Amino acid sequence: MKDQPRLSDMSRPDREPLVHLENENLMPLPPPLDGVAKDREWKALSQGSLEKYECSLDDTCAVNVPQPKTPEDERALVEKFLAGLDKLFTKENNWTFLQPLLLTMEYCARCNTCSDACHIFEASGRNELYRPSFRSEILRRLYFKYVRHGGILSAWQHGDIQLNWPLVARLIELSYRCNLCRRCAQTCPIGADNGLVAHELRKLFSEEMGISPKELHDNGSMLQLKVGSSTGMNAVVVKDNLEFIDEDMTEKTGMKVETPWDVEGADVLLIHNAGEILAWPENPGAFAVILNAAGISWTLSSELAAYDSINYGLWYDDAQFARVALKHAEAARKLKVKKIVLGECGHAHKALAVVADRILSGDMDIPRESSLTLMRDIVLSGRLRLDPSRNDFPVTLHDPCNVVRLMGVVEPQREVVRAICPRFREMEPHGVDNYCCGGGSGFAIMSGGNFPDWRFHVSGRKKLEQVLNAFSDCLDPSIPKYLCAPCSNCKGQLRDLLAYYGLWEKNRILYGGLVELIVNAMVDVKPGFIEWEWR
Amino acid sequence: MTAALYVVLYACGAVLLAGCAVRAVQCARTPLHLRWELYPVPHEAPERAVHGGSYFEQSDWWTRPPHFNRLGEMKAMLVEVVFLKGLWEFNRRLWFRSFPFHFGLYLLSLTAALLGFGAVLDVAGAAGSGAVDWVIHALCVAAGALGTTLTIAGAAGLLWRRLADPEVKPYTTPGDLFNLLSFILALGVTAAGYLSHTGAPGMRRIAQGILTFDTTLAIPTTLAAGFVLLALLAAYIPMTQMSHFIGKYFTYHSVRWDDAASRRDAEWQKKAAQCLAYRPTWSAPHIGADGVRTWADIASTNPAHQEKK
Repeated sequence: MKDQPRLSDMSRPDREPLVHLENENLMPLPPPLDGVAKDREWKALSQGSLEKYECSLDDTCAVNVPQPKTPEDERALVEKFLAGLDKLFTKENNWTFLQPLLLTMEYCARCNTCSDACHIFEASGRNELYRPSFRSEILRRLYFKYVRHGGILSAWQHGDIQLNWPLVARLIELSYRCNLCRRCAQTCPIGADNGLVAHELRKLFSEEMGISPKELHDNGSMLQLKVGSSTGMNAVVVKDNLEFIDEDMTEKTGMKVETPWDVEGADVLLIHNAGEILAWPENPGAFAVILNAAGISWTLSSELAAYDSINYGLWYDDAQFARVALKHAEAARKLKVKKIVLGECGHAHKALAVVADRILSGDMDIPRESSLTLMRDIVLSGRLRLDPSRNDFPVTLHDPCNVVRLMGVVEPQREVVRAICPRFREMEPHGVDNYCCGGGSGFAIMSGGNFPDWRFHVSGRKKLEQVLNAFSDCLDPSIPKYLCAPCSNCKGQLRDLLAYYGLWEKNRILYGGLVELIVNAMVDVKPGFIEWEWR
Repeated sequence: MTAALYVVLYACGAVLLAGCAVRAVQCARTPLHLRWELYPVPHEAPERAVHGGSYFEQSDWWTRPPHFNRLGEMKAMLVEVVFLKGLWEFNRRLWFRSFPFHFGLYLLSLTAALLGFGAVLDVAGAAGSGAVDWVIHALCVAAGALGTTLTIAGAAGLLWRRLADPEVKPYTTPGDLFNLLSFILALGVTAAGYLSHTGAPGMRRIAQGILTFDTTLAIPTTLAAGFVLLALLAAYIPMTQMSHFIGKYFTYHSVRWDDAASRRDAEWQKKAAQCLAYRPTWSAPHIGADGVRTWADIASTNPAHQEKK
């Protein structure tokens, strides 16, 4: 590989990208995508983007930061960055993650054990730029120099770095070359967390400099707080859509399907990722079929933000994160439900059940649990009549990082697929050792410029390898195969990835959620709930 | 000369202890953070810990009694601290260098503790049983020799890796090289001093001398130099990343394995309330921080609706 950037290259004053990736340098893929010739060419960044935005890191651009017009503008931005850096290490501004961040800054031994755990680093052909410790080392050197005010002795001990606008601009982009899956942290002998470093950098850029990808902020958390959902659906529209889904499901299943709204005192407040309602209506439809058939007392809420479980703040901004989490809890409190159940959305699981735990106190602390657990209980309880032979096709299970490694929900989904899918096979590795789909931390919804090309070639490559290996014995297109991904964000990434490489057309690999498999096996439902059609 | 040596040893020992204490207190005093655990968590119930599961795998988990498998956690800690299990699992090549180094240090610590114990017995007049003295002596010789050999070999291996491995070299600072060289030098000089002075007082006698500040004791120059180097190195450790044994306690117990649900602990809720009263100063307009509004105020404001106004 010709490009292997050094840490000092981050401060290079020119606007040339530090690395250029070629398909031949990337990690090889198994059949049917074996061989460089079978890979796809990258779409290049447009000339307009190159001239307008800061795209000097690699072959793509995720954040699209406008280029400063004058050296004074550059200096002002660097000053702002320094102010944010200082705040990042104060309890008043960053109590939320100060301890793990300080531990990572102070104690990382720079042994690079984390490198082999990172799917992005491996898929890139071990490009130095994507080594998990590369970005951390930049922040660490800045921390010792500008926060701890280290002098020559500190530079001798911790290393030096030159701070200028090109470095800050590249660091903004580099903070969006990590899926925050924290597989690297799992392998660290000391417990340092390079995933957290990417998260904290994103926070600094958002909360101090107002810089974040449009898809996460303007069209994400802000839109959700404005109209109720990042899909743009307000309460009226979402109710209309669910009504239509109910009708469709009634026709499709032969069972009366009705989605209850705003039922005070229900046992369960179910919160879907609203993206499901638009992109995969069969998922909320299947939930309704199962919950009604199992006799669960449940409801959806039409309160602002409470019918969309997404919480993009989790990936880049603590304030936005807390605001949405509070909206979710407030809706549950108002309805006096016994618990909140999170639909098939990985980051929503971690956001509301785990990370928000310490900011939801008193009557806002409504118990939260995973729908995977509830589904396991329903399936194993015998309340539904299930015929596993209806799912007699190869099935593999993708583990969303937020559900397994970051929340510890590993077995419930397996107990379900083992019970109803006779041809289930695991990916390797799986469970808490899984690999990210490559769409984690917001990448799945970031589609500006040629970022999807990077997402498919690099961040999604390891998952693609896993999927192809799991189905290696049945790649023939005459055998339909089901990739079960109980997470909206992962499904979005897998849909795009499978489509990009033509794996539905050529090999009949379909993707979908867990509840669809359950309904497909229900004896009381008309056969063929899962439609073998691309969507 | 001997008195000066003792002063250096005691001063460096005090710096080591104080430095470690300061680091530990700093870590412990950082405020409560949001939950950021990483599974597997070894204090989970054994049937869940085996696959990395959490209490979230149980429906209505909050209605069930909390389970804290202390034995599971102790076991995980023990194999991690003594055998560096994580490194064995995820970086075998490094383990072959790092394990000898760390295990050698454990053995050297054991040697020092045994020498100290023997010296206390001598000073208290409790020594005399030939068998006990022999066991202490034999253990000291074995642990000291093996510890010194393993530590020097491990440090040399780590040093070579830092100099030669293209994956680590770009992340190596002069300080890293100095640290590893310091171990080799300090232990090498001490070992040379010990081996080259057959007629000198034994190590246990020297330990007794240090304990009682016996300035009549003539400690050979090379050995004294080794002691000074070791003492300076020990005092230097808390000022560097080499004190990661302190950080590691917190990264594991306060972050990776910290899965405590706040509803089960009033203390957490109290700490969280304190944090929610902090007054941030972030500058981005959508945060709405001004140094007066609290974190809780900011979290309960909707910037999208404010913009509308």
